[in-house]
This record gives sequence, structure tokens and C-alpha cells, in this order.
Amino acid sequence: MKPSWTWRLISMPAAVALCGVAVSCAAADVAPPKGVTHQVAIQNFAFAPKSLIVPVGTRVVWTNHDEEPHVVTSAGAAFASSKALDSGDTYAVTFFKPGTYTYYCSIHPMMVGTIIVQ
Amino acid sequence: MQDYDNMMDEGTADIGMAGGRRQFLKCMAWAGAGTLWLMKSGVLQAQPLGEANTVKGATFSFVQISDSHIGFHKAPNPDVVGTLRRSLAMINAQKTRPAFLLHTGDLTHLSKPEEFDILNGLMQEARVERRFYVPGEHDVIGDNGAEFFSRFGEKQHAGGWYSFDQHGVHFVGLINVLNLKAGGLGSLGADQLAWLKNDLAGLSAETPVVVFAHMPLWPLYPQWGWGTDDSGEALSYLRRFGSVTVLNGHIHQIQQKVEGNITFYTARSTAYPQPAPGDGPGPGPLQSVTAEALHRYLGIRDVRHVRTGGALAVTEEVLS
Repeated sequence: MKPSWTWRLISMPAAVALCGVAVSCAAADVAPPKGVTHQVAIQNFAFAPKSLIVPVGTRVVWTNHDEEPHVVTSAGAAFASSKALDSGDTYAVTFFKPGTYTYYCSIHPMMVGTIIVQ
Repeated sequence: MQDYDNMMDEGTADIGMAGGRRQFLKCMAWAGAGTLWLMKSGVLQAQPLGEANTVKGATFSFVQISDSHIGFHKAPNPDVVGTLRRSLAMINAQKTRPAFLLHTGDLTHLSKPEEFDILNGLMQEARVERRFYVPGEHDVIGDNGAEFFSRFGEKQHAGGWYSFDQHGVHFVGLINVLNLKAGGLGSLGADQLAWLKNDLAGLSAETPVVVFAHMPLWPLYPQWGWGTDDSGEALSYLRRFGSVTVLNGHIHQIQQKVEGNITFYTARSTAYPQPAPGDGPGPGPLQSVTAEALHRYLGIRDVRHVRTGGALAVTEEVLS
């Protein structure tokens, strides 16, 4: 997954800073520093990365790269749904409370993603 | 590209006039024939469709169009209004006037009021007495279909589903694009299923039944969301009938399946094609289609009912 790989490259210095030298931790599990914006790409009827772990206060921005519209919808109505995101449109949510936020596309419900806020 | 645009302009500007019809027939010849589907005793037979096609003994016919996506304006079709107009012109050119016109959803691309208004205006160009609609998922974004139902709803039931009879054939319009759940497919829901069971209960098994809904009512390709979670329950009510035809849209291409006495069809789009199931990373507009080739992927479906056999003859006409 290209977007995920890009994210890891960008996040690596943060990973080192948070984990220290001696602690081993997988890059995908590493939380970025507070106040950071994270991108989720909507591409080929999928969210990428499908699962994202972020600290409290992180702003998550979804960008629709498909020619089809998509709607970011919280499975438990834990955050407001986006409007129909046409090609190139973005939607942002800032997560202030820890928890696991499952979301999906309300018109293509097989598209499911998770934001884990720690 | 230029040739194609010119063809479109001439074909749409003269709808209903002699010159327009000549142009239209010329376009048909240029595009080549479509396919005539004859269903006899549950077995499909295909014929090339030409302008001389007739189905002897047909008591009535109707036309299905689908997935017009008014508001879509990108590759491979920046003119979805023009291609819908071409489909409607083909309907008007039919030798036998269809009893009604059926649109199986995704009238609009983004559920915008102005998109619905454009679609509504265009559909009045079809010379048919009645028009029936079911919503696609693109028609219910943000408002659970309020804009759609206010214009196109049959208002038989609060949920929007409905049925009617035409020359002894029972038609049922179902809605499977609302209250979709994370990780799921299309959904009919308990209320609609209960209504369907009751609606069909009084019919004799000899009654031909036509069921239509936007998303496929069979697991066509669930990996891309091409199916309906609780369609199996609906189909269980239909199995006792001798002739059942299920018409869907959503996937912008023809797919068919015969399961006992139930025959499933998905229609082409009047706007743009999508890839074959599993071909590529996901569904969506098939952008590689050139303007010159686009017409081969678009179409209308003309269904003629043959009373003698109790079965339906389905013709698929490629939009020229």
C-alpha cells in the first residue's frame, strides 16, 4: 500500500523520538506527536490506511481520489458524517477522545476503516 | 472525438422529427446491432438486434434504463445528459410504444436537487404514459432519499417500495440502498421483506412476476459490494412462481443468471461503463473507454411480454 508506506517514512523520526533507541516497536503502531494531521486516502473503493492509530488531538483528513463519490460515516455515530465527497474533495475530523472509531462509506458499505485514538 | 460530438448533436437536436429519426437509424447502422434476448420457459435465447426486430404475440412491452448519473462530468463521459437523451430517443423510435419506462436507479450522481430536476425534465422527453423509478445509492446521499421520493416516489408505503400490475404481470419495485450497515451490501430490511411476503401471498403461482431494484438481488460480486445482504429471503418468497424476472442496475454492464424459474439481469448504464467483476482494483467509471467506443457500453433494455408463454422476452439494445 503506497500511502501507508509514505506515512511510515514520514513518521520514522517521530517513532524514534517516542520509542527511544532500545525499545522495538512496529512502525505501523507508532503514534505521531499531538497536533499532527493524518491523511487517509480513499482510493479504489477502500480507505488507505484501513486502520490508523493516532494520539488524542489528531486531525484526520480523508481525500477522495476515486471518480465515485464516497461518504465518510461513523458506524456508531461517534462523529459527524461527511457530505458526499466528490472526486478530490476532503473531509477532516479532529479526535479529542480516546477510543476505537469504526467508520464506513454509507453508500458503499463494504468500505470500512478504523481510527484508534490513544 | 469531433465526429462523435457531431453525431450526438445531430441525433439529439431533431428528436421526434423525420430528419432526426433518419439520423438515428444511420447511427444505429454505424454502431452495429445490439442483442435481442428471448426468454422461453426459463431459457434465454439471444439474437442480434436490428431495426426489423419484432416479437410476435407480445401483449405489451416496457423499457428499462439505468444509472444515468446526472451530475457526473468526467472521463469517459463528460455529457451524461446527451447520452441519456440518446437512450430516450431510441425509446421513442421503437415501432411498438412501450407501456412504461422503468429507471432502476442512480438517476443522479450526488443526490443534488438540481440533478434530480434535470433528470425529471429529460424523462419527460420519452413518449411513454408512465414512468417508474427506484433509487440508487447515489440518489439517497445525506437525506435518506427525501429529494428522490418527493419527485419520483410512488407513495404506496412509507418505505417507498411498491407494486403494480400490467396485463397480468405483477411488478414489484424494491429499495435496497437505504440503512446500509458497515461492512455490508445492499439491504432490504425486515419491514420491506414482510411487505413483500404479504404482497405476493395472494398471487397464483402462474402469475409472471417482475422484481426490480437498484443493487443486484443476487451475490454477483460481493467483494465490490455488488449484492444485497438479505436478497435470499426475498427470493425464497418468489421460488413458487413459474416465471420470475429480476431487473437490476448498479454495475453498469449486462450480467445474467438463471436460477430455477428466476432469471436475473443487470442493465447497462446510460452514462458510463464499469469494469467486469474483479477486473482491476475496484469498481468505478471505466476511464479507458474512448469517446468513440463509449456508445458500445451504454444502452437501454426493452422487455416485451409474450402472453402465450407466460415468459418475458428481453432485448438489450446498445446505445448508438
